[in-house]
Amino acid sequence: MATGTTPTTPAARGVLAPGRAAISARHLRTDRWWLSPLVTAVALTIFIIYATWRAFANGDYYSTPYVSPLYSPCLASNCTPMNGGADWHLFGSWWGLSPALLVLVFPLGFRLTCYYYRKAYYRGFWASPPACAVAEPHAKYTGETRLPLIMQNVHRYFFYLALPVAGILTYDVVLAFRDESGAWGHAGLGTLVLLLNIALIWAYTLSCHSCRHIIGGKLRHFSAHPVRYRLWGWVGALNGRHMLLAWSSLISVGVADLYVYLVASGVFDDPRFF
Amino acid sequence: MTHTAHFKVWRGDTDGGDLRDYEVEVNDGEVVLDIIHRLQATQAADLAVRWNCKAGKCGSCSAEVNGRPRLMCMTRMSVFEPDETVTVTPLRAFPVIRDLVTDVSFNYDKARQVPAFVPPKGVPAGEYRMQQVDVERSQEFRKCIECFLCQDTCHVVRDHEENKAAFAGPRFLMRIAELDMHPLDAAADQGLVRAASAQEDHGLGYCNITKCCTEVCPEHIQITDNALIPLKERAIDRKYDPLVWLGSRIRRRKE
Repeated sequence: MATGTTPTTPAARGVLAPGRAAISARHLRTDRWWLSPLVTAVALTIFIIYATWRAFANGDYYSTPYVSPLYSPCLASNCTPMNGGADWHLFGSWWGLSPALLVLVFPLGFRLTCYYYRKAYYRGFWASPPACAVAEPHAKYTGETRLPLIMQNVHRYFFYLALPVAGILTYDVVLAFRDESGAWGHAGLGTLVLLLNIALIWAYTLSCHSCRHIIGGKLRHFSAHPVRYRLWGWVGALNGRHMLLAWSSLISVGVADLYVYLVASGVFDDPRFF
Repeated sequence: MTHTAHFKVWRGDTDGGDLRDYEVEVNDGEVVLDIIHRLQATQAADLAVRWNCKAGKCGSCSAEVNGRPRLMCMTRMSVFEPDETVTVTPLRAFPVIRDLVTDVSFNYDKARQVPAFVPPKGVPAGEYRMQQVDVERSQEFRKCIECFLCQDTCHVVRDHEENKAAFAGPRFLMRIAELDMHPLDAAADQGLVRAASAQEDHGLGYCNITKCCTEVCPEHIQITDNALIPLKERAIDRKYDPLVWLGSRIRRRKE
């Protein structure tokens, strides 16, 4: 039997551990396994950079009747006045930073603890693992058993908080059917952009795994709860597309904000349908 | 159509081993296991391989083909280019015995650690009655053929031998989920809260839901979405959600 390749050094771990098949390569995959985590990391990084810039910019987020989803609800006194919009000055005038920071913590926490995004950034940023059957570079692994990652278990609370935020963004879309003077019966390209965005946000929010559990997944007797069983089935159908909805709603938020920014900063006028 | 394929097959045992090169005939419609059998018949009579049904139902011929955990009997040769080298190794998360055969007793140890179904009191055997909607979730998990590809690919134990003591692995966390969702399981009456036990005794918290178990499952069981995440949510009910805890104390719900 051929010998000489058995890893016996103390540092040998994982697939190189003693007792396992003596193969020096840390993985033998021949496909482009690195592509998916790379694309994930690049796309998330682009969004993080863009959203950080916009969140701190504190300007060009409102152009009647459109408000950027990053700035609604607007909870500080330094908000741009919104005609009937969700500019509720709960935090008063002491808040001197961008009002977006007061609100973004909720959708940020919701997405940060989301079961899909966890998979995405564990793979894309932390290489834990980078891909299936590709050895991760870390010497130790405790997963979500201790701080800080045990805090991922608060996901359902962010789901609860995401509901009113989505409700307020829905209110913003309703207001987008008014024109600059506040008269109903208006629709522009911005209305369509915000409408598509809120549809995707609701679909993503309701497809959440915590929602699926709360709505019916926790039950042991579906037969005793036919309405919840039916709802669980619907949420389950959405849940099967959770990754798709996570990405599409993330992109739609960015596009909706960018659209409002371009209109508010005067780059172009909102095309009006009626 | 017949062509000659280049295979690399790991040969060795606990003392060591290496990848050996073989040129072997491949015919239309064949799977990797057919080629391994042809190698046994023509070039490597002492090649050790575990197999049985050749139909993807016994879970015996688990191996890694081009670095991916797969059933050899369900991996068609047509997925490879004719000039592509096909590398076959044993499962790399478990101790090797010889050639493509590994010692999977880790999984049997973990299976024994999961408390069995607890029959409900006052219902004699043979009198269990359950509605289809109440059991269909668990039935998905019953499709498991125990090939242990999910256990092999899970980085928690594949990349960290030291976690094997604490972590049951996706297959057996799925078993706990199956029992926790079972409409007649009476474990809670005996003080066993399966979801909390999954967290405390079987290492559910190690799972970071990166879905490799789901990706490799030859039965296409949605292990992560339908078993592990629901089990995490149930554990959260018991351990981290004061609202649910309070509700269960007040109403003594059995749901």
